[in-house]
Amino acid sequence: MSPEGATPLLKVENLQAWYAESKALHGMSFEVREGELLTLIGRNGAGKTTTLRSIMGIVRKRTGSIRFKGEELVGRRTYEIARKGIAYCPEERAIFGSLTVRENLTLPPVLQPGGMDDEALMDAFPNLRRRAGSGGTKLSGGEQQMLAIARILRTGSRFLLLDEPSEGLAPVIVKEIGELIQRLKAQGFTILLVEQNLRFARSVADRHVVVENGRVVDVLTAAQLDADMARVKSYLGV
Amino acid sequence: MLSNLTPQLFFGQMLIGLINGSFYAMLSMGLAIIFGLMNVVNFAHGVQYMLGAFVAWLLLNMLGINYWGALVIAPIVVACLGLVMERLVLKPLQNLDHLYSLLATYSVALIVEGIVRQQYGSTGLPYQLPISGGINLGFMFMPWYRLWVVVFSLVTCLGTWLLIEHTKLGAYLRAANENPAIVESFGINVPRMVTLTYAFGVGLAALSGVLAAPIYQVSPSMGSSIMIVIFAVVVIGGMGSIIGAVATGYLLGLAEALTKVFYPQGANMVIFVVMILALVLRPRGIFTSSEAAR
Repeated sequence: MSPEGATPLLKVENLQAWYAESKALHGMSFEVREGELLTLIGRNGAGKTTTLRSIMGIVRKRTGSIRFKGEELVGRRTYEIARKGIAYCPEERAIFGSLTVRENLTLPPVLQPGGMDDEALMDAFPNLRRRAGSGGTKLSGGEQQMLAIARILRTGSRFLLLDEPSEGLAPVIVKEIGELIQRLKAQGFTILLVEQNLRFARSVADRHVVVENGRVVDVLTAAQLDADMARVKSYLGV
Repeated sequence: MLSNLTPQLFFGQMLIGLINGSFYAMLSMGLAIIFGLMNVVNFAHGVQYMLGAFVAWLLLNMLGINYWGALVIAPIVVACLGLVMERLVLKPLQNLDHLYSLLATYSVALIVEGIVRQQYGSTGLPYQLPISGGINLGFMFMPWYRLWVVVFSLVTCLGTWLLIEHTKLGAYLRAANENPAIVESFGINVPRMVTLTYAFGVGLAALSGVLAAPIYQVSPSMGSSIMIVIFAVVVIGGMGSIIGAVATGYLLGLAEALTKVFYPQGANMVIFVVMILALVLRPRGIFTSSEAAR
């Protein structure tokens, strides 16, 4: 982890965002440091997914500031943000049914050097090689999740936004996804992870940002979380 | 009635059906591509087809550029007009209900048709056949130009289908049909893709217009009369389904011709009867699987 006081990779300040007329974020502020794995935890509807979608520019109506490597992202279009080196894996996985597995995997263009090439990705995800010719949505839920993560590794972006990759998957698959995320972190990726599954979040993260009603209410290190589970459970209402 | 059915009459009608079907297929393919990506029912499609024919006529009569030159130049000119229209009219409406863009494209169609009628009158302008003569097939006489139209349309449809189903560019288009936000999150300039796709669809309409100029007359209303049929074809084939639009286009051209042979009074309504049946029995289109339609 980079030392305190170093310029963060991503700095979100007083972020407010709207879906049509309804306000979803009420002034989020947090930062992500280079190489760290930060989770956004909180109840359903707290604004975690909206935060990722606002960073990515998919939620267009937003104010405040989102700085990535010092550059302002608010006001930028989604494709411009992606080209700065941020990749996004949505909660619904968004595997394209009218594309084969191979087409899904190779769809994202290489934006910067250092992305994994198609063969390396197929090696890392052998299931995808076996099913390269099938329709994207013919895969199982776990395979679709692997595919959704695999394809964004192609772009060469080093900052990943992952929205609930463990959702709705069998424990054995969740374990595999956890190992994959650990591997990515070890390779130097910076990851902002949205998670409802506290056990899963604990197993991978350096720090946790607790979100409630579109605001950050607490930030804990992994050690603080372990020491004070009661406090965290009160936030999540579990 | 069937006693006076000669092979000449039958095959003659089938050829007309095939020619009409070629235009239905090319036009509805463009309409389906535009609808698939943009959720815009492009009611200006007929007028863009008419403009293709008109630009060909103008090129010939003002600049002396012949049919073969027009076949290249007219679609480019009209596609550029489409590009401007997408930026000025459709882009501002893109986040609203698609009724708005439907009404906007329809308004543009009425205005453009009105201007052309004002300038050139409503009687058709003749456009000379670029290839004369034909071949006697024994059972019927096949004019070369009609054969050219059928072959050209088949090749265009097949080429476009290959482009969409089997290239990277096509994969972007198919993915963006499903989920444009995610495609854009991969760093792909989706707004530009939308503009170019619209221009491509408009160019296809204009290309059909040039092809049509020597067969039908070049007239301001040639677009609005075919537009209703094209719309029916796209509804029957399944909104946004390219293969569905092409197949339905040819089939309905032939169905119309068959009706003309066996029950001439019904020829003008057979397409709409099929449309109603399709809407009742397979509202998502006869060529869309339930999964693809989602």
